[in-house]
Amino acid sequence: MTIPFFAYIFLFLFLPAGNVMAGAFNGKKGGWTFSNIQLLFHHPYIDSYKTSIEVSGITALIGALAGLAIAYAAIRDGTPRWIRSALTTFSGVAANFGGIPLAFAFIATLGSIGIVTKFLKNQLGIDLYGNNFTLFSKTGVEIVYLYFQLPLMILVIAPAIDGLRREWREAASNLGATPLQFWRYVGLPVLMPSILGAFILLFGNAFAAYATAYGLTSGAVNLVPLQIGAYYSGNVLDNPHLAQAMAFGMFVVLAAMMVFYIPLQRRSARWAK
Amino acid sequence: MALSAYVWLIVGAAYFLIPLLATFLFSLDSNQTGKCCTIASYTWVIHNGDFWHTLKISLLLALETIVISLAIFVPTIYWVHLKLPRLRPVIAFFALIPFVVPPIIMVIGLLKVYKGSPQWFYAQPWGFLVAAYVILAFPYTFFSLDAGFRSIDVHTLTEASQSLGASWGTTLLKVIIPNIRSAALAASFLTLAIVLGEFTIANLSAFHTFPLFLQYVNETQAYPAAALTLMSFALTWGAMASLLLIGRKRGDRASFVTGARGAR
Repeated sequence: MTIPFFAYIFLFLFLPAGNVMAGAFNGKKGGWTFSNIQLLFHHPYIDSYKTSIEVSGITALIGALAGLAIAYAAIRDGTPRWIRSALTTFSGVAANFGGIPLAFAFIATLGSIGIVTKFLKNQLGIDLYGNNFTLFSKTGVEIVYLYFQLPLMILVIAPAIDGLRREWREAASNLGATPLQFWRYVGLPVLMPSILGAFILLFGNAFAAYATAYGLTSGAVNLVPLQIGAYYSGNVLDNPHLAQAMAFGMFVVLAAMMVFYIPLQRRSARWAK
Repeated sequence: MALSAYVWLIVGAAYFLIPLLATFLFSLDSNQTGKCCTIASYTWVIHNGDFWHTLKISLLLALETIVISLAIFVPTIYWVHLKLPRLRPVIAFFALIPFVVPPIIMVIGLLKVYKGSPQWFYAQPWGFLVAAYVILAFPYTFFSLDAGFRSIDVHTLTEASQSLGASWGTTLLKVIIPNIRSAALAASFLTLAIVLGEFTIANLSAFHTFPLFLQYVNETQAYPAAALTLMSFALTWGAMASLLLIGRKRGDRASFVTGARGAR
């Protein structure tokens, strides 16, 4: 009964993935070569990786820190219960949302004739586009990516914050610890594996994204997935294996993330209720 | 409630709500004058033949993907829970592979491998796209169904059914499936949301699905694009909200945590 499953996974997952990996090491006229991979370390290919890693790193960092703060604000004692359930419900929906509609929502908001852009200019005299801001840039992509990074962080970290037991805080304060000391010696060390794991998840999430950046900039920002798409669609025809080599590079980065993620995941399960 | 908690919650709410509100206001502006307020953008969408055509294609693709996924994964996961528990970690490991091989890598591999395959497969969204979408849905379908099977007693149900003389087929259809119905439903809504939003694979293999229509309108018609964006929000959010309701009934919500990456 498991044969159809393994046959399917082989045909439509392993075979295409294997084809890309092998293609990355094929020369223009056949035969094996490292030249495609070596090319990745040179201009302009290495620049795509730098931009992609920067965008993923920054949105994962801001997403993780701000997501943690928002989730903690909603969960901590004293915040009404309904805020917490509204936030997790909304995050469950928003984390699953992205791509073309998300890109356009931000164009309607912060594009050159967007509602907020016009409001800032006409009502407050702040001319965003006159001051070198544009949504169709690396900064723009980062602002938009946070829209799915933040809710993902909130969803992933909320169970870990729940795991910080009230008794620990009470025990710490009975022993004379200040709130700062509680966070330094108890709270953060317990949460750290979850935070690092979530950071990696967010990083991979942004690194693999294609549709949102495509919808926003039609390929004007030099991100790896957009470049792979452009090379494959034939904007550069002199080396058919270039797209495969760039895809291989992407695979290596994501696989490295996974190697760190799995043990962190195990560690963070230790304190879960 | 502490002041800092207020500040964070207000900043978060503003960041999430302003783009939605702005898109709504933008959709009410007139295509000719750029001034408020008209519902012309919404009537433009409703009367657009391509809107209905591509939406129908994407919904049918989602339906086909759901049927094929369930047909492959339900018997497999059932069998693994019943007879081959050692295979479970292997399949769970496979379910992580799509995170390392994102859609952009998958699509260039699929296009290379299946170039020259029969036209009914390669040139048809019902063949090529669905084949890829089942893989995109695989991790979510697997983790959802796996949680469903873990919450029932597969061995007792199977023995009871067979000692009453039921065949394997009857056991699966009449005993097992009704018991994992909510897990299967959750997997189906997730798959629906994934397929309705999937852009990368459809764009590179040039099949005109709903997200490609969205992108086309974004590039050509600014104000109707805002109306269309809100309508497609409503579709995805409807699918996800249904999922949350099912999840709440079942009391588990881990299955959709990492989200429909196909859309991004």
